[in-house]
Amino acid sequence: MVNIQVEDNNGDRRELEVIVDMGLNLMEMLKAYEYDIQATCGGMGLCATCHISVLEGGEGLPAQNDNELDTLDALPDAEPNSRLACQLRCNDDLNGMVIRLKALQEA
Amino acid sequence: MITTDICIIGAGPVGLFAVFEAGLLKMRCHLIDALPVVGGQLAEIYPQKPIYDIPGAPGIIAEDLVKNLLIQIEEFKPGFTLGERVESLDKQDDGSYIVRTNEGTVVHCQVVVIAAGLGSFEPRKPAVDKLEYFEGKGVHYMVKKPEQFRNQNVVLAGGGDSALDWTIFLADIASRVTLVHRGDTFRGAPDSAEKVFELAGKGKIDLILQSQVSSLGGNGVLKEISIVGNDKSVTTIPTDHFIPLFGLSPKLGPIANWNLGVEKSAIIVDTVDYSTNVERIYAIGDINTYPGKLKLILCGFHEAAIMMQSAFKYVYPDQKLSFKYTTVNGVNAF
Repeated sequence: MVNIQVEDNNGDRRELEVIVDMGLNLMEMLKAYEYDIQATCGGMGLCATCHISVLEGGEGLPAQNDNELDTLDALPDAEPNSRLACQLRCNDDLNGMVIRLKALQEA
Repeated sequence: MITTDICIIGAGPVGLFAVFEAGLLKMRCHLIDALPVVGGQLAEIYPQKPIYDIPGAPGIIAEDLVKNLLIQIEEFKPGFTLGERVESLDKQDDGSYIVRTNEGTVVHCQVVVIAAGLGSFEPRKPAVDKLEYFEGKGVHYMVKKPEQFRNQNVVLAGGGDSALDWTIFLADIASRVTLVHRGDTFRGAPDSAEKVFELAGKGKIDLILQSQVSSLGGNGVLKEISIVGNDKSVTTIPTDHFIPLFGLSPKLGPIANWNLGVEKSAIIVDTVDYSTNVERIYAIGDINTYPGKLKLILCGFHEAAIMMQSAFKYVYPDQKLSFKYTTVNGVNAF
């Protein structure tokens, strides 16, 4: 189990416990916590409805692959620290990370 | 006005298959979709991806499933209205419905089936000051009639394939084309990216990289556009048109105003027949919700079959429905 903080549209942060041994990705974990993200494509990294930005931490995250970069590149509001939550495995790399849910702003 | 038995909102896999189930019961269908093509998410989001859980079609490529569904329903001659979004449903005195789109198409039907997935695909809008004010006054989210840009100044924004393709296409039509992109490389088709750099090198277009459009100006119609660089420098250039191309994102849209029971952006249905709380309106596929709901294409197919049996009584109120197998009776085309 690791902890992350999730910032909502109001700038409020909430601490979440992330289960690391179930083979989930961060999009699935956020949905499990009932965040209102669409996750239209179900985790293929194609729809960008689980767009997040990493505000703090996450130094150990794997770099974006071509597929993720392609999808992010098509977005109007992507930032250098943007990620697709569905492309991040829930593992120890996430520990201490602070993220903002960009996709919520779009809904 | 188009007259049909059943109006299906959404031409994704479930809406398409619903035509087949309706056809077996001699009910005619007309489909309406906001996208300019059929297939829904399969066409817009993952056309080349394999789908492994379609019974009897292991690993089928999404766009092939759409093609096969079109073949399967061909005999029932469905009508299509594509590229239009349904705005309103109006109940008539005899119980039938009038369905109206944003482009003025009118469909009269006995039953409405909402197979709208996650809603209609709408363009993603960038955060640009006064963007919505200039919609229809110089701001366009898609290029419908390229000729309207002849001898005009056009600014496009985006880094994907559509931004590249339209930049190349409009370079020969518009008097000046400027492409604004946040990054300094393009991840779209390499050929298109190369062509854009080539056009910029020859001075045929202006390419403004590592920048974003920040605000629009003009008195009633768009006249100028401000672009902010990643280094915070601001440039203002004159333009007649601004075309931001950042892909599409699904939105529930007008469905939320139809007095249907909705929970978390999904329509609540009775699993006996996938009817909504409003008589003659059904919801199938990803758009509906009920205890145990799974958002799977195969579940939508099942829902379509059950739902059409229930809709029969509205289309043929004087007839008794008898259940038949296709292997016994075949498929009788219209």
